Amino acid sequence: MKPKKAAAGVLWYVSATLVAVFALLPFFWMISTSLKARGALMVIPIQWIPEEPTIDAFRKVFSLVPFARAILNSLFVSVSATLITLTSASMAAYAFAKLRTRFTDKLFSVYLATMMIPMQVTVIPLFIILSRLKLIGTFSGLLLPSLFNAFAVFMLRQQFMALPEDYIDAAVMDGASQWRVFSQIAVPMCSPVIATLVVITFMGTWNDYFWPLVVLTDKAKMTLTLALNQMNGQYTTQYNTLMAGSLLSMIPILILYASAQKYFQSGLKLGGLKG
Amino acid sequence: MRLSSTDFRGAVPAGRARSRGRAGRCTVAIKKRASAWTTFLFLAPSLVGLLAFSILPMAASLVLGFTRWDGLKPIRWSTVREMWVGLGNYAAILGDAEFWRVLSNTSYFIVLYLPLILIASISIALLLNRKKPLISAYRVIYYIPVLCSWVAGALIWKWILSPQYGLLNNILALVGIEGPAWLQDERWAMPGIVLASIWKDAGYFGLIFLGGIQGIDPSYYEAAELDGASRIQKLFRITLPLLTPTIFFVVVICVINSFQLFPQVMVMTSNGGQGAGGPLGATQVMVERIYSYAFKYYKMGYAASWSWLLFIIIFAVTAIQMRLQKKWVYYEA
Repeated sequence: MKPKKAAAGVLWYVSATLVAVFALLPFFWMISTSLKARGALMVIPIQWIPEEPTIDAFRKVFSLVPFARAILNSLFVSVSATLITLTSASMAAYAFAKLRTRFTDKLFSVYLATMMIPMQVTVIPLFIILSRLKLIGTFSGLLLPSLFNAFAVFMLRQQFMALPEDYIDAAVMDGASQWRVFSQIAVPMCSPVIATLVVITFMGTWNDYFWPLVVLTDKAKMTLTLALNQMNGQYTTQYNTLMAGSLLSMIPILILYASAQKYFQSGLKLGGLKG
Repeated sequence: MRLSSTDFRGAVPAGRARSRGRAGRCTVAIKKRASAWTTFLFLAPSLVGLLAFSILPMAASLVLGFTRWDGLKPIRWSTVREMWVGLGNYAAILGDAEFWRVLSNTSYFIVLYLPLILIASISIALLLNRKKPLISAYRVIYYIPVLCSWVAGALIWKWILSPQYGLLNNILALVGIEGPAWLQDERWAMPGIVLASIWKDAGYFGLIFLGGIQGIDPSYYEAAELDGASRIQKLFRITLPLLTPTIFFVVVICVINSFQLFPQVMVMTSNGGQGAGGPLGATQVMVERIYSYAFKYYKMGYAASWSWLLFIIIFAVTAIQMRLQKKWVYYEA
């Protein structure tokens, strides 16, 4: 039995490592390419590790397109979209979970129904509406639709529903307004879900391509994905620069994900009431 | 609304939202507390968004699809009447060979992508379903492609698939295979895009399957071990049958996502939107067509009709899958 078990263990490590190589090799190639000079790209046999590493490509990223500006734009847009989405969605979710009236359940099913419609259906009129409001090419135009996010409302409603009524009753009995109950009891108690949604929304906006492509027509307003996209169109063969840009665009997301890990793992434990 | 289903790939496997089934309970206390006015104030920002950025555009899109509006004429009823073409756009699209080519491109993508992504992500889940010292490191590694943006990922793959100096063809050359021109060859462009998509998505669906596998009642395995079942038998007789609800869910999501294929195509075979969907249109897909018609050629009405056809197709395919699930999905009684 024993050698067989050991063999299975080795087999596991070999296959797990092979899959890991498939996942990581493209990134290795990206980093390696970003450290090459342009001439070293077109060499056969290919250089796995650049023979004369240089950071020229990273310098060039910032001169070919307004890349620093794009980083700031992406940061601004992602933070704002996250704030807008989370504020609006958590308020709506609280109403759907704890402030129910005759209409809220029906309205909630409308919210769910909108999730079925692909965004491509609404994007054309949305573009027209925003251009009539002179909001095409502005961050406001990009951000306004964040007010409505059925997915976030759905996830938060689930969580608020699980909040024990007793907390709310106790607070209301002590004279707290609904707004205070919402902002000082309900939201803090759901912080793991909120943290998860923050990461999802931030990442979604940071990595989004379609919507910025439609709205942000102005060069100075480009987000990172648009800057990369433009470089792709204009400097098609300068892969060292393209890879340097791709690498830079990934770093903030990796940092965010790493720092939010503990929230994901802590799960959604809520506690506090006894018996 | 702004985020499509593909954008939620971030952290879903992590926290499972739970519902306690309080939905049905509306206590007297709530009714006393909540005035309709308070409820409305809490809902207001979201409702503005729902009406202005979801319901209104949806209705407008429906009307737009029956016109040949170019995006320039003022929006009035007279314009709508003047530009009205009825079902003309739909007839034109369905009568155009382009539409059928686009559909067959998408079908080709699905035929390649679906089996591969299922095998890849179930394998990842099986690999991760162990207690090994380095397991959490592997878990993170498999998830990194999911975290990077599609634009960055597609750029990396465009370079990897570069015919002469690309990584893949140079690796293939090591074992004596002469690789194709991938994205520049109309037969190999779509397989190239599939390869990139597997790399990008496997970690995400892998974690979903891991959740599914860990939800299987361990007593099944204990019973099987008592009967002396082998690993392979346990996999095919217990794990996979009990995983069919998750497989169904993943298949539905993957098919919906496949019809909405976009950034891969734009970045890898359209040079960021300047090209027209790959060699001989071999990677033209629906969303790429909608984008081109609406925002490159300003045929807004025509593009709106395309988008409704996209919705109808997604809806129909999903409905058919729901129907067929009885035949192969096993729900524990």
